[in-house]
Amino acid sequence: MADLLELSVAAATARIASGEISADEYFAAWRGAAAGDELNAYLWQVEDGNGYEIAEGPLKGIPVAVKDIFCTEGSPTTAGSRILEGYRPPYSATAVRRLDAAGARVLGKTNMDEFAMGSSNENSAYGPVLNPWDRGRVPGGSSGGSAAAVAGGLAPCALGTDTGGSIRQPASLCGIVGLKPTYGAISRYGMIAFASSLDQCGPLTRDVTDAALLLEALQGRDPLDSTSVGIEGGIVAPSREDLKGLRFGVPGELARDSFEAGVREVFERTLAEIERLGGEIAEVALPSAEHGISAYYVLAPAEASSNLARYDGVRYGMRSESAADLLEMYETTRAEGFGPEVKRRIMLGTYALSSGYYDAYYGQAQKVRTRIAEDFADSFAKVDFVVTPTSPSVAFGLGEKTDDPLSMYLNDFFTVPMSLAGIPAISIPAGLAEPEGGGTRLPVGFQIAAPAFAEQKLLEAAYALEQAIGFDAKPGGGDG
Amino acid sequence: MAELEAVIGLEIHVQLATKTKMFCGCELSFGDEPNVHTCPICLAHPGVLPVPNEQAILYALQIAAALECEVAPRSIFHRKNYFYPDSPKAYQISQFDIPLAGAGRLGDVRIHRAHLEEDAAKMIHVGESGRIHGSGASLVDFNRGGTPLVEIVTEPDLRGAAEAAQWARLLRETVRQLGVSDVNMEEGSLRVDANVSVRPAGSTELGTKTELKNMNSFRFLQRGVEAELERQRELIAAGGAVTQETLHFDPVSGSLTSLRSKEESHDYRYFPEPDLVPLAPTEAMLREARAALPELPAARIERYQGEMGLSSDAAAHLATDPDTAKYFEEVLESLTDIEAQVVANWVTGDLAAALRQLDKAPEDRPDPGDLGRIVAMVGAKKISHKSGRETLFAIVENDKMSPEEFVERKGLAQISDSGELESIVAAAVDANPKAAEEIKAGNAKAIGAIVGAVMKETKGRADGGEVNRLIKQQLGT
Repeated sequence: MADLLELSVAAATARIASGEISADEYFAAWRGAAAGDELNAYLWQVEDGNGYEIAEGPLKGIPVAVKDIFCTEGSPTTAGSRILEGYRPPYSATAVRRLDAAGARVLGKTNMDEFAMGSSNENSAYGPVLNPWDRGRVPGGSSGGSAAAVAGGLAPCALGTDTGGSIRQPASLCGIVGLKPTYGAISRYGMIAFASSLDQCGPLTRDVTDAALLLEALQGRDPLDSTSVGIEGGIVAPSREDLKGLRFGVPGELARDSFEAGVREVFERTLAEIERLGGEIAEVALPSAEHGISAYYVLAPAEASSNLARYDGVRYGMRSESAADLLEMYETTRAEGFGPEVKRRIMLGTYALSSGYYDAYYGQAQKVRTRIAEDFADSFAKVDFVVTPTSPSVAFGLGEKTDDPLSMYLNDFFTVPMSLAGIPAISIPAGLAEPEGGGTRLPVGFQIAAPAFAEQKLLEAAYALEQAIGFDAKPGGGDG
Repeated sequence: MAELEAVIGLEIHVQLATKTKMFCGCELSFGDEPNVHTCPICLAHPGVLPVPNEQAILYALQIAAALECEVAPRSIFHRKNYFYPDSPKAYQISQFDIPLAGAGRLGDVRIHRAHLEEDAAKMIHVGESGRIHGSGASLVDFNRGGTPLVEIVTEPDLRGAAEAAQWARLLRETVRQLGVSDVNMEEGSLRVDANVSVRPAGSTELGTKTELKNMNSFRFLQRGVEAELERQRELIAAGGAVTQETLHFDPVSGSLTSLRSKEESHDYRYFPEPDLVPLAPTEAMLREARAALPELPAARIERYQGEMGLSSDAAAHLATDPDTAKYFEEVLESLTDIEAQVVANWVTGDLAAALRQLDKAPEDRPDPGDLGRIVAMVGAKKISHKSGRETLFAIVENDKMSPEEFVERKGLAQISDSGELESIVAAAVDANPKAAEEIKAGNAKAIGAIVGAVMKETKGRADGGEVNRLIKQQLGT
């Protein structure tokens, strides 16, 4: 049993294809593992894996932990919110259907920050997820359940969504691989919207090869999503062993940015590793990136205020029973159904879009967004990739930042600019570092960003670096 | 005080007659059971996305072409945010600062813009008032929700209630002939709101306007605007001032009531719809839209009057009925040396009467060539007009019969032998000496009695003009 769970997704698919192990056997092993969830990673698990028609495909028999933001026909889908309690969608998200068509099966739905708003998974209406490396710490967010499930041995791979870092940051904090593809690479149909112009689906996996395997199954133009285009040429398993001839840009602004000493040390060690593999390190300038957080926290809440307006208790989900009339029904349903962070962002976004304020906030933020995209374009004229730490710190303690939204927002400092520019970025585990104040050594992620739709090139570089780093630490094992 | 001039602009919502809704695959319908044409997309389930209906875009481009509008190379969809149960997403996808179609013109009225959007669901308020206030319960029918709409906004170029209604009729006819909408005001597939203001005649500034809603016929549009103009004039005459507001017209009482309620609050927080890419019509789409344009009423009226010399009444009548106009042109083409007006009279007069009286549909019209031959026989005086009409009724009744067969069977052919007719006339003059005397004495009306006798004798097969001539000739008058 334990052996089966050790297999990478790529290795498991090979053995299932060759008949060495059966799809049912493999699925049952993971169902057993998931049933032992002590991290609150899952909100729902599939009850019976048998009698399920498995499609022949590259992911035949692979169980996938799916973030609860993806609609799954007939199964509970809450987006981590009280307001969708009891909701069972009448349809499945395109991403889920594509996994299905590739032979994969939903193992369960994972916990998340409510409507993907958060960086610690503490904004879930269904309780926080615990970090498998240290259960007193957060797994990151908003795809915290997906990251913890993969890192904690509760799923071989998972689906997440990333709006400003929600795949990459939890992957970093949990010591796994997280990929946010180019905006438009994967259909958003059936992914519950937070900020439509930024939301993008992506895989959380134990290694880069598995991320490539999932990405190939997920990507593609979808007639149900006008903004989807897919990745031309598709994605194949990466195989590059060196980084010769590739230039990696380090933003000059990093020098004055404040982040944990342990994170800086791992980051610098990784840059040295890149040079050892023949890659070249160069400085690039992202002068507008420092305004990324400000722009993001105008644009994302603005879109969210509109996207979340449909939760009114009229057609599905929770409806407050105490209301006397229509207006009161709206008000009490939303007052009871949404958590504090969601309400905060709805108010921020509503304000930003209000007549008389639109130009000063939304209009200005759009300009910043354009400038950031131009900064990246300028950089990519000189280098192949831009690299940064994924998160300014290792996993922080539960409750440590819940009273300080601004400090929580700053967690996304390194990941938000790529989201605003719509470009792909991956976080790979690069080492362990002691948190400030001491304690168990925790994973540190290294972020690599590439030009739009350059996923294959990005995965090749990440793969070469992953092999060289040889990160093999496991939660709960080793130097705790 | 100077006379107060009316300044009226219209906002027209046209429901497009596409097969499916604007942003999902649900079928369009009218009058079906509530909530049967719905899906996760038009019910705004979590996670769904809109996909624009290509047919709707093409129809909107046809409207833009018919109104001679400038088409934006890239127009943008926006979200118009508001909470109300008829809007399941709590926003309407519409166009805001860059509409599909900009400045244009129809007749004497300038078009300000035309844009694509989606219709709201239908609310049914249970209770006496039929409106949300004071109703016991409100029900929502999502069948209509998401129907493609084109909103057309005019410049304030109309100067009176009757003129506004007349122009709205022209617009309806234009859109109807494009075949892109049912344009049925009662069913709501054409909805007209009016922006009404007054100003001293000669002034170029605009007065404060009010917006009139719920006028579901052209008659009500005219009455509503008339009532509002009168109200504004009286208000100003009494030293008051018009307040900008939205007024609901009650066709039963003819009264206007102000709509000022919470759901009418006005900050729609527009922002670009991130789920849709800009709408950039290709050259092929623009070509297709222009190619699909039929000859529209305004152009047809001009051609019928100018080239064919039809009376303005006949031209206007045919221009608003393209099916009959096509038939008219086919009859005309089958003929030589017959004035277009004569053919128009047959088609809009005798044939229309035949269809009506025999309870026949337009499809039951005779072959254009058949009517053409009747018109030709009458023109050549082979049969009288009365006989021609009788023949027409007969072939409408029995489409297996040819006009010639009927004329032959009934012996309707006019007496063409002038010797024969002369002797019949002579006999009639002799048989009516009193009338003959009166005619000689200058009473022209008296000729009727002798003509009647000739017609009786010939069973109507004589040409009236010829009979008149012969009588006068024989009496030497």
